[in-house]
Amino acid sequence: MSALSLPIAELARLVQSGSVTAEAVARESLKVIADRRGLNAFLHVSEQATLDRAGELDARRARGEALGPLAGVPIAIKDALCTLDAPTSSGSKILAGWRSPYDATVVARLRAADALLVGKTNMDEFAMGSSNENSAFGPVKNPWDETRIPGGSSGGSAVAVAAGMTLGALGSDTGGSIRQPAALTGTVGIKPSYGRVSRYGLVAFASSLDQVGPFARDVSSAARLLSVIAGHDPRDSTSSTEGVPDYEAACGREVRGLRVGVPEDYFGPGLDPEIADQVRAAIARLEADGARVVPIQMPHTRHGVATYYVLATAEASSNLARFDGVRFGLREERPGADLGALYDATRSAGFGPEVKRRILLGTFVLSAGYYDAYYAQAERVRALIRRDFERAFAEVDVIATPTSPTAAFPLGERVEDPLAMYLADVYTLPASLAGVAALSLPVGRTRAQLPIGLQLIAPAFAEARLLTVAAACERSSA
Amino acid sequence: MAVTRDDVLRLARLARLSLAEDELPKLEADLSRILEYVAELGGVDTSEVTDAPRVGPACAPLRADVAAPGLSREAALAAAPRVVDGAFAVPEFVDES
Repeated sequence: MSALSLPIAELARLVQSGSVTAEAVARESLKVIADRRGLNAFLHVSEQATLDRAGELDARRARGEALGPLAGVPIAIKDALCTLDAPTSSGSKILAGWRSPYDATVVARLRAADALLVGKTNMDEFAMGSSNENSAFGPVKNPWDETRIPGGSSGGSAVAVAAGMTLGALGSDTGGSIRQPAALTGTVGIKPSYGRVSRYGLVAFASSLDQVGPFARDVSSAARLLSVIAGHDPRDSTSSTEGVPDYEAACGREVRGLRVGVPEDYFGPGLDPEIADQVRAAIARLEADGARVVPIQMPHTRHGVATYYVLATAEASSNLARFDGVRFGLREERPGADLGALYDATRSAGFGPEVKRRILLGTFVLSAGYYDAYYAQAERVRALIRRDFERAFAEVDVIATPTSPTAAFPLGERVEDPLAMYLADVYTLPASLAGVAALSLPVGRTRAQLPIGLQLIAPAFAEARLLTVAAACERSSA
Repeated sequence: MAVTRDDVLRLARLARLSLAEDELPKLEADLSRILEYVAELGGVDTSEVTDAPRVGPACAPLRADVAAPGLSREAALAAAPRVVDGAFAVPEFVDES
C-alpha cells in the first residue's frame, strides 16, 4: 500500500515505529511530484533537502529518539510563506528567486514536528486571485480536469494534496484562498479564526484578513496539521494567546444536539443547482445524525464582495509599498534615473496586471475625497456583516453553506473579467470579514465528476466544533 | 463612477507605478466597472454602526522591552540588489546644487 494514501496520523505512526522509512516516503512523494509536473503545482521542489532530511529522521529513529507528530509526512508550502532553504516568490516576478533570511513561524513549527517540506507551491501573484491564473509562473491545472482551474489563490497547495503528491499543504486565506481551491479540488481546507495561527513570515496581502491554514485529504489529517501550526507566537502580536484544544479528539465527537444554521442568503441566484442539491443533502445527513437544522438570516451577505474589494485592496496598496527595488527582489535601474524613477520602473516591471489593478483600486478608495464614501463606508458595512454572524451564533453552533457558487470553471473563462472572478468568492468572503473560523470539505461530485465543497463556519476560536461537524459530514458522505 | 485616463494616471503616480500606454484603456474600463459595482455600499444603511469595526484579539499586546538579537547586518543585506559600505544603495535623491 502506498504511504501517500494514508491519513497523516497513520503515516506518522508508521514512520515513528520504523515500519516505513521517511526516505521511502520522501522518494515516493518526489516521484509523484515529478510525474505530475504538468499540473504546474510547484514553483520549487526541494529534492535533495527532502532526501537529506528524511535520512536524518530515519537515523534519529534508529538511535531510539522519538519523532514528532508529523514524522516523515510530506507537506507542501504555499510560496507566500518564507522558507530559509527554498526561494519565496509569492507568485510574483518582483520576488523571483528571493531567499528569505528566516523561516515563517508555521514553517518552523512543521520542521520541529519532523515533517518533510518537499517544496513551494504555485499561487496567484501575492494571493490575489481565485483561479491561479494570476501567477507570474503560469496557471495550475485541476487534476480532475486539466482544462479547468484549481481555484485560488492557494491552487498549487490544493492540487499537491488532491493529486496525491503530498499528504498535506499550507495555504493562506484572505477571502477564500484556502476554502475555494479546497472545494474545487475535493480536499479539506481550513481558514482558522483571525489570530489562531501566526502570520510571521507570511508575505502580507491584507493584514486585517490574512490567515494561514492547512489542506489535507481528510478532516482528522487537517486537524493534526492545525494543531501543529496553531497557537501564540511572540513574533506576531496579532496571534492569540487563547489555548489550543485537542483538534483530533474533536473529530470523534457526535453532532447530536448541535444546531446547524442554514442561511437562505447563501442559496440565491448564481448558485449552480447541482451544488445546492448536494450541499442540502449533506446538511440533511447531519440532521439524520441528530443535529438540529435551523433556518437563519444573514442579510448583509450580499455586500461581502463589495466590502472585501474595497478593504482588501486598500490594505494591499499599503502592504505592497514595501516592494521598491531597494532592499530585496527585482530592481530596475536606468542610468541617471533618480530614486522615484527606480521605484516606478521596478514596480511596473515586477507586478502583474491584477496586482496593479488592485493597488490602483486601493489607492483610489484611500485617496482624499473618496476615503469616507468608500473605505470608511466599507468598514461600517463590515461591522454589519460581523453583526450578522454574532446574531446567528446566538442561535446556532455552526453555519453550513456552499463554499463556491460553481464547480471548477474552464481555464481562461474569467481572465478578462475581474468582476466575474471576484464573484467566485461570494460565499467565503463574509467569514473572512468577520474573522471567524471556517473550512471547506468535499461532499460530492457534479455530473461532470467535479468536486463540490460544503463550507462550515463557527465562531472565532471554535475550530474544534467546526472539526466535529466536518468529521461527521465526512463519515456520512463516505 | 466612470474613471478617466487622467484618474488612472493620477492614481498610478500616487502608487508609484509607471503604466505603459497600452495598459491604460483596460485599466480605465476595469476600474470603472469595479467602482460601479462597489458603489452599492453607499446604499447600505449604516446609521446604527457607531463602534469602530475590529477583528482579532481585544488588544495587540507588546512584547517586553528587552533587547534581543535580530537579523544580522549580513543577513539583512544578503538579498539587496545593491549594497555599498554595508548599507542599501539607492540613486541620489537629494539635490544639493
